[in-house]
Amino acid sequence: MMGVVIEAKNIKTVFGDKVVHNGLNFKINEGEIFGLLGPSGCGKTTLLREIVMLQEIHSGSIDVLGMDVAKISHKNAQNLRQQWGVLFQAGALFSSLSIAQNIALPLYEYTDLSKKMIDEIVKFKIDIVGLKLSDANLFPSEISGGMKKKAGLARALAMDPKLLFLDEPTSGLDPISARDFDSLILKLKELLGLTIIMVSHDLKSIYDTLDRAAIIDDKKIVYEGALDNIASIDNKFIQTFFGESYE
Amino acid sequence: MNNSYLKIEESNDELFIIFYGKFDLYLVSTYQKQIDSIKRQNLKTVNLDLSNLDFLDTAGAIFLNTLQNDLLSQSKKVKIISENKIILDTLELTQHTKNINLDTFKTENFMGKIGKNFILNYKSFLSFIEFFGLIFVAFLKYIFFPKTIRFREIFFEINESAIKAFFIISITSFLIGLVVAYQSAYQLKLYGANIFVVDMLGISILRELSPLITAIVIAGRSGSAYTAQIGAMKITQELDAMKTMGFDPFAFLVLPRIIALMIMMPILIFLSDMMAILGGMIIANVDLAITTELFLNRFNEVIDIKHFYIGIIKGPFFAFLIASIGIYRGLKVKDDTQSIGFNTTKSVVESIFAVIICDAVFSIALTNLGI
Repeated sequence: MMGVVIEAKNIKTVFGDKVVHNGLNFKINEGEIFGLLGPSGCGKTTLLREIVMLQEIHSGSIDVLGMDVAKISHKNAQNLRQQWGVLFQAGALFSSLSIAQNIALPLYEYTDLSKKMIDEIVKFKIDIVGLKLSDANLFPSEISGGMKKKAGLARALAMDPKLLFLDEPTSGLDPISARDFDSLILKLKELLGLTIIMVSHDLKSIYDTLDRAAIIDDKKIVYEGALDNIASIDNKFIQTFFGESYE
Repeated sequence: MNNSYLKIEESNDELFIIFYGKFDLYLVSTYQKQIDSIKRQNLKTVNLDLSNLDFLDTAGAIFLNTLQNDLLSQSKKVKIISENKIILDTLELTQHTKNINLDTFKTENFMGKIGKNFILNYKSFLSFIEFFGLIFVAFLKYIFFPKTIRFREIFFEINESAIKAFFIISITSFLIGLVVAYQSAYQLKLYGANIFVVDMLGISILRELSPLITAIVIAGRSGSAYTAQIGAMKITQELDAMKTMGFDPFAFLVLPRIIALMIMMPILIFLSDMMAILGGMIIANVDLAITTELFLNRFNEVIDIKHFYIGIIKGPFFAFLIASIGIYRGLKVKDDTQSIGFNTTKSVVESIFAVIICDAVFSIALTNLGI
């Protein structure tokens, strides 16, 4: 049951002459919520972008669902892209399409479902992320930041992906919406059996949702595993971030 | 209130600099002058007496540290007299940052700058070539998998960037025809060569003016719009979102725009031809007493059809340059708002320049071919 869905080996990332990652190794198991944590500028988002093939790695390898993304063929890459959903920090909804059209787009492109069927699916996704159906025809410029995130999540879920990538899902949300978002993520994991990979800074959401986490500091992974005993790890970032605030 | 001052006492080879009150940013230059005016040759020891100082800010501390290093390098002894912990801490803090190696702040020499600029330009040239490669590959995909052609986007762009430009192109061309005819009418009248206005207008408008006017209007209107649209999509991460969903931006955004413009440019040039000739015809009628019938007969006689074709043929080439430069600039937009403005300006300037170069190449090639 607990298969490995993502395995990173010796990832090295270099920008110009600045080394961002120097030999990262970690594994993400099926069905867990996995966090990528670390101080700002340590390259969490970069790592996420590398996993979803938006950025090339300098050396090393990342296997996603058994395929090495550095050497993947176009066909396999397209295949893989249909098995994941990505939620960007600000939603990244297509501004020329309404919310419903945004969610429907991958369905129109990749499936030959009837329009009626697609409408039903769109309705369900809008409902499951907690948006109102009356918002479906609004355009991204007409909705709030929190709604954009929910709509982005609905779009990421449109194809019923196996993997869900979230880039700071609760940042910029008020505390109540943030907690709602957390419980939404937990609910989705439960309902749909998703594996969720998220980058986050939100301590509450980290404790509430994550099963395991990898902590990046100083170009390396300094900790990988469950958060239960994390406060005992001797690392400056971990101590300031988790140390005293641990409830 | 101001009781901050400096007292300098000299005894034999020892110097006492005593600071009173506070020492902050605003006093640095005054103190500097006072201290610089001391003759230092015979001194062996300098005592910086801070015990009467109540407040030292970081600028003052940096000044003191620099002074200390200066004196040490002149092999004088320096003593700092103070028991105030805050002041000593401030001194230590600024000392600490001084020890950090400032490699990153190194100013470059002239050759370094030239080299860096060269590499930068070389890289942007390479990325432009890469962009053309990607367009070519996307084009091949369209040809081999016609099902993937985005007809809806192409028609949308045809409407957006060409059909909506009909009015402005008509007006501009009409006025250009009017002006050219009006200016030449005056000269031609002098020689009684009125009828030659038809030859002149026909060749210049069909061959050169219409394609250029159309290209310039479209570069300013649609090329810049492409840059701004795609640039904004890049900033809001829409392009990234498309990529992660497996939608190739070249198939979805780039090619539809290029193809739409390449289809429509000849039509726009044809429109421009008609409107410019119409403008010329009106002036010929009013100013040179050439009736419409006479104008059209003469036009038919002297203007070869090849001139019209040459003008039309230029259309797709100009369109390709304008659309691809506009989109390339859009993709170059970085994550800040200034970058959109910068790249939009560049896109218009570069595409008009490219169009003129392309026109010159056509001119030389066709003349040498005897067409």
